[in-house]
Amino acid sequence: MVGKTESQNGAVKATAAPAMNLESDLFSNFSFKSFKLKTKQQELLLRVSILGLVYILAFITRLFSVLRYESMIHEFDPYFNYRTTLFLTEKGFYEFWNWFDSESWYPLGRIIGGTLYPGLMVTAAFIYWTLRFLRFAVHIREVCVLTAPFFASNTTVVAYFFGKEIWDSGAGLVAAAFIAICPGYISRSVAGSYDNEGVAIFALLLTFYLFVKAVNTGSLAWALASAFGYFYMVSAWGGYVFIINLIPLYVLVLLITGRYSMRLYVAYNCMYVLGMLLAMQIRFVGFQHVQSGEHMAAMGVFFLMQVFYFLDWVKYMLSDTKLFQAFLRITVTSAIAVGALALGVGTASGYISPWTGRFYSLLDPTYAKDNIPIIASVSEHQPTAWSSFMFDFHILLFLFPAGLYFCFKKLSDATIFIVMYGLTSMYFAGVMVRLILVATPAVCLISAIAVSATIKNLTSLLRTKSKTAVAGSSKGTGGSKASSKASFDQSQPFQKNGAIALLLGAFYLLSKYATHCTWVTSEAYSSPSIVLAARGAHGNRVIFDDYREAYFWLRQNTPPDAKVMSWWDYGYQITAMGNRTVIVDNNTWNNTHIATVGRAMSSYEDEAYEIMRSLDVDYVLVVFGGVTGYSSDDINKFLWMVRIGGGVFPVIKEPDYLVNGDYRVDKGAAPKMLNCLMYKLSYYRFGELVTEYGKPPGYDRARGVEIGNKDIKLEHLEEAFTTSNWIVRIYKVKPPNNRW
Amino acid sequence: MARSTGKDAQALFHSLRSAYAATPTTLKIIDLYMGFAVFTALIQVVYMAIVGSFPFNSFLSEVLSCVGTAILAVCLRIQVNKDNKEFKDLPPERAFADFVLCNLVLHLVIMNFLG
Repeated sequence: MVGKTESQNGAVKATAAPAMNLESDLFSNFSFKSFKLKTKQQELLLRVSILGLVYILAFITRLFSVLRYESMIHEFDPYFNYRTTLFLTEKGFYEFWNWFDSESWYPLGRIIGGTLYPGLMVTAAFIYWTLRFLRFAVHIREVCVLTAPFFASNTTVVAYFFGKEIWDSGAGLVAAAFIAICPGYISRSVAGSYDNEGVAIFALLLTFYLFVKAVNTGSLAWALASAFGYFYMVSAWGGYVFIINLIPLYVLVLLITGRYSMRLYVAYNCMYVLGMLLAMQIRFVGFQHVQSGEHMAAMGVFFLMQVFYFLDWVKYMLSDTKLFQAFLRITVTSAIAVGALALGVGTASGYISPWTGRFYSLLDPTYAKDNIPIIASVSEHQPTAWSSFMFDFHILLFLFPAGLYFCFKKLSDATIFIVMYGLTSMYFAGVMVRLILVATPAVCLISAIAVSATIKNLTSLLRTKSKTAVAGSSKGTGGSKASSKASFDQSQPFQKNGAIALLLGAFYLLSKYATHCTWVTSEAYSSPSIVLAARGAHGNRVIFDDYREAYFWLRQNTPPDAKVMSWWDYGYQITAMGNRTVIVDNNTWNNTHIATVGRAMSSYEDEAYEIMRSLDVDYVLVVFGGVTGYSSDDINKFLWMVRIGGGVFPVIKEPDYLVNGDYRVDKGAAPKMLNCLMYKLSYYRFGELVTEYGKPPGYDRARGVEIGNKDIKLEHLEEAFTTSNWIVRIYKVKPPNNRW
Repeated sequence: MARSTGKDAQALFHSLRSAYAATPTTLKIIDLYMGFAVFTALIQVVYMAIVGSFPFNSFLSEVLSCVGTAILAVCLRIQVNKDNKEFKDLPPERAFADFVLCNLVLHLVIMNFLG
């Protein structure tokens, strides 16, 4: 290859005219220099440049919403994270760690310092302080908005190293490219989605990579690094329970399949003890590592390992196998007895708490629907449909089994790990839509193995073909050899064509994947939820900024100590942007408090007024989509309010609001439905409004019906503010009448 | 039956003792250190059983510090032991440096957790 181009070079030199000596000299110099690089250096340059491009790609593909709207925080939960980060940068770490917030969950308040995962906020604050130190005058909001894309880029780098550890650097590069644009990951890490998962997936993959590296090398330093990675993961997201269960399961599988080695002992023990200690420094986690049922698997495997390796050591020391068998029997039975006894006593006495509802519903998907309506009501917790899988993974979905096949062909400690990670995370992704995110790195890595191995085989087919042809032609002599080579050559042409066709097919698939991912990112995952966009009658873009309009009205027109009652979805946004005290918010830690609000919303106005007086409510906020056709409004969520309220206060019965099992708001609706507080607040004055040409006044565009009760009179509330598109409506609670 | 198991136990004990006597002194020192850590942990557990487990974080940190140093000592022993073929190209200085680093991190976290 080098020889051919050098001869070309010489030809160029010969034909260049003397007048153009300088140019040709430069040209030849350049081309000569560029071939001074050895193959290894060329490969390194190629790899580094590919990784750099993938890094930049991961960042810029997440910037759609910043370019289309503005740099703002999306959705609901990120507003709480933003508010806490703001507090951290203003007041300092000590205040943040010990923060008690009286502006939410009035009158209970919330111990924020002890009930959040500080990793994300501390990371963003750290980046902010670093940039400030370097004299970049950034606002903390910009740092918050861009934290997730930045960490997505870092995840691609970790994926490269992980792929290199499992298979080879080619698989690592493909894995990095896959995970940079995979929609499953993008959905929770676009610019503006300032949520725990943006940082947590990076921490997850980093912990797994460091642990696999520790198992492969058996070095204490790598195990310590994986303990730190685990600490970062614990500080970032509640999903760390997945790590602390997967790694012991992996160790167990290795022990059972006989792949145990000293390296495994060093890696797991160091990581477990140090990781557990570090994790207990987070206040929210506390002592769960020794008290909660979800963490007991790790401890069980820890003790099992001690017993296992102790037996192994004794076996090595003893020369007589019969004695060892006796010793083995005694030790094993006593260890099992002690372990079972401890577990039984712990569980029965309640010291080891059972699996919490959140995680139990993963093992038994029907549990939440029957017992915990709040968990069941969240749309992200529903089981996943095949369309979601296809939407989020595209070709990775069928490359995943192919990758599993390759992993099983070349089993090693690292491939066993990635297979286990892939299978367990795919199971959980099937149970809950939200957990597709956790499965994404595994799917990307395994698919990358499939792609890399296939393309390597195909290209080596192409290369050996030409090599044997050249060798055959150069050798020529040797009758038997020539004949065998000739027969070999005869089957080659079809193989070569087949290989080229397959390579083209692979290239086509991968380009389709890239197109799909970009389209999905642009259409589905880049909307800020707080700003709505639609197409007007002339095709122009119409923006509905009602949410922010309402929150800023609250901020500027209400007394600073006003309390706002709304459904828990909007709590974080009201405290962050409206800066007012709320009754319930998205943390949903107190079900009874939320049920009280649900009861107030579902009762007649008089009873609701009593409840609101008892909670000191000054303003009520409802979201109404009847004018714009916005379908995520409070009337559509109303049945969940009824169910949650009815779960705690039996006076609220769901059948009262339904007609023959149908949920209706038109003339045929149930009388309780037509007169409850939520209905009155949503449809007050709506009966006079004409929303669509040709329809009667009071036509609800979100439900597609004309409302039943148009003549609404409010006795204890008065309308304070309705936004320009009627999406958010705020009512003031009137003080009680004077008694005379 | 009891006598045969008794004789078995004695034979086991003797053979273990003789095999152990053959291990090099450096490993025996590490084993002594590990035994001391486990012994300290046992004393602390007995103390907790007498006095009660408040404040729990102090108890956890002391037990985990003993267990942690024992584990790290075992890891050091594994890496330094010349009979382990997996670690034969790991220089013992590197193993000891790793051991010191991990102990440092362990004790810093313990000091924070002690309360």
